[in-house]
Amino acid sequence: MTQERPASPAENGSRELLPAPVKVVNVGLPSFAEELASGGVEVIQVTWSPPAGGDPEIADLVSKLGA
Amino acid sequence: MTEFVLNEVRKQFYLDSVALMRLSRSVTERDGVIEAALMMGTPANRQILTDAGLLTEIGAAAQGNDLIIGIRAETEAGAREALREVFALLDKPRSTGGGESETWKPRTVRGALKLMPEANMALISVPGEFAAAEARKALRRGLNTMIFSDNVPIEQERALKEEARTLQRLVMGPDCGTAIISGVPLAFANRVRPGDIGVIGASGTGIQEITTLISEAGGGISHAIGVGGRDLSQAVGGITTLMAIDALDADAGTRHIVLISKPPHRDVARTVLSRVGRSEKRFTVCFLGASDAELPANAHFAATLRSAAEDALGGRAIGKDFTPPASTPRPGVVAGLYSGGTLCAEAQVILLRHGRRVASNAPAPGAQKLAEADAACDRIVDLGADEYTKGRPHPMIDPSARDEMLRKTLVDPKVAVILVDVVIGYGAHADPAGHIAAIMADAAPNRPAVIASVTGTEDDTQVRSRQIATLQKAGVLVVPSSTHAAELAVTLCRD
Repeated sequence: MTQERPASPAENGSRELLPAPVKVVNVGLPSFAEELASGGVEVIQVTWSPPAGGDPEIADLVSKLGA
Repeated sequence: MTEFVLNEVRKQFYLDSVALMRLSRSVTERDGVIEAALMMGTPANRQILTDAGLLTEIGAAAQGNDLIIGIRAETEAGAREALREVFALLDKPRSTGGGESETWKPRTVRGALKLMPEANMALISVPGEFAAAEARKALRRGLNTMIFSDNVPIEQERALKEEARTLQRLVMGPDCGTAIISGVPLAFANRVRPGDIGVIGASGTGIQEITTLISEAGGGISHAIGVGGRDLSQAVGGITTLMAIDALDADAGTRHIVLISKPPHRDVARTVLSRVGRSEKRFTVCFLGASDAELPANAHFAATLRSAAEDALGGRAIGKDFTPPASTPRPGVVAGLYSGGTLCAEAQVILLRHGRRVASNAPAPGAQKLAEADAACDRIVDLGADEYTKGRPHPMIDPSARDEMLRKTLVDPKVAVILVDVVIGYGAHADPAGHIAAIMADAAPNRPAVIASVTGTEDDTQVRSRQIATLQKAGVLVVPSSTHAAELAVTLCRD
């Protein structure tokens, strides 16, 4: 998924950092996704629950390992 | 009075914080229940429950993916009856709202990207302990991220932002309540006109106030980038702010850039202003509470949110047709009951500038801590601060959080003027003005003057003009901006 670094960040950076159209992965409160969808924004809701048995430290470690 | 505390744990049962707050409130409102809270069993939540006297050994053994139900009631029977109601509510099938058909939903960012590979933004509002991990997953898969969650450790914030800089992706937040990217309002934001003014803010309601003032005055917004309240601290070093300046500087659709924050750390301010000076675009710098700032030639300093919006609009005056009411000043102090942290900070800055003594739970430079203040100080309270929102909805979502304090302040003989903010838009309550009006209806004729500003636009679902009309009908003095509100408060008070 990671795109190649742009040759000229000053020119290409704004397009990558400020994309249009915005397409959202919503991780958390479903109401945010509902409001985006009602405004015509493409959004996908992640049905999230605490990973790693609910242990924040292990969840952090797992994310660093790329899982 | 004897009290009984009852805990129950549901293993591996997750509900989001808004749903849990609704349930908590519904149980608390039962007769015989003194307090109740439903929370996921993370270490931070267990501490909150301990502080509230709602945790027993049963709850203390819960894990982060377990749900703790804590009930304090007048009797054991009352607590058990309330628990039965909680079970009934938890086991009731939940509607997805709006009759949406049940479709399969991914459980991870990776799963979501299989369904929507072209996604480019992750909006993260999971409990703070887990937010950095989710943001890291999103960044590494090429997404920009907006972290609405708070309580993310600052060292995690720094590490995430360093990684994001390497990956050339944006991390907005943590504790980022507002952003508008390419016209799309994310989390708490307003429907504003598109235009050529870009905003970068370490402050949610500051961004909302400036973008809505610009929009209502006929200007428009290209992007509004929230950076999180700590981005300009020494520990984080302004990483997102600098990336946001780079992005807006390179963005052909942005002509003018507004920076809004409380005063940054000195070294960070120097770095940021040096970057501003290398741009060919015009900047407005609003570091609320800063006494001065050495600015490059392409930047103007704005001392208030209104003047920041006016500067971005090329000097167009906001609220020039507003005539302050010809009221006689009353003796007493100003009491501010704010839902927006930056609006609370701005009020303090304005009152201090007029030589008033100010105290706050979130003191601006020059203000005292609320706990140390005497009765002659103006008391400007941020009701969205942690001490008021732990385990409770933010007052912008649920304005009843302000009700009790407003009722008490309306009968406080030492108070001459009450300042309230009404923040509307996405995520906000459907009718915050109606809440204030309902309380005002019971107030005595000799009550303090009540001044309000409405942060929002005509295009917001709550409709700015309707909110204003509701407030005016209730006898509230409604002014064109948060800046006007604090300025009017000064003129309506005398010592």
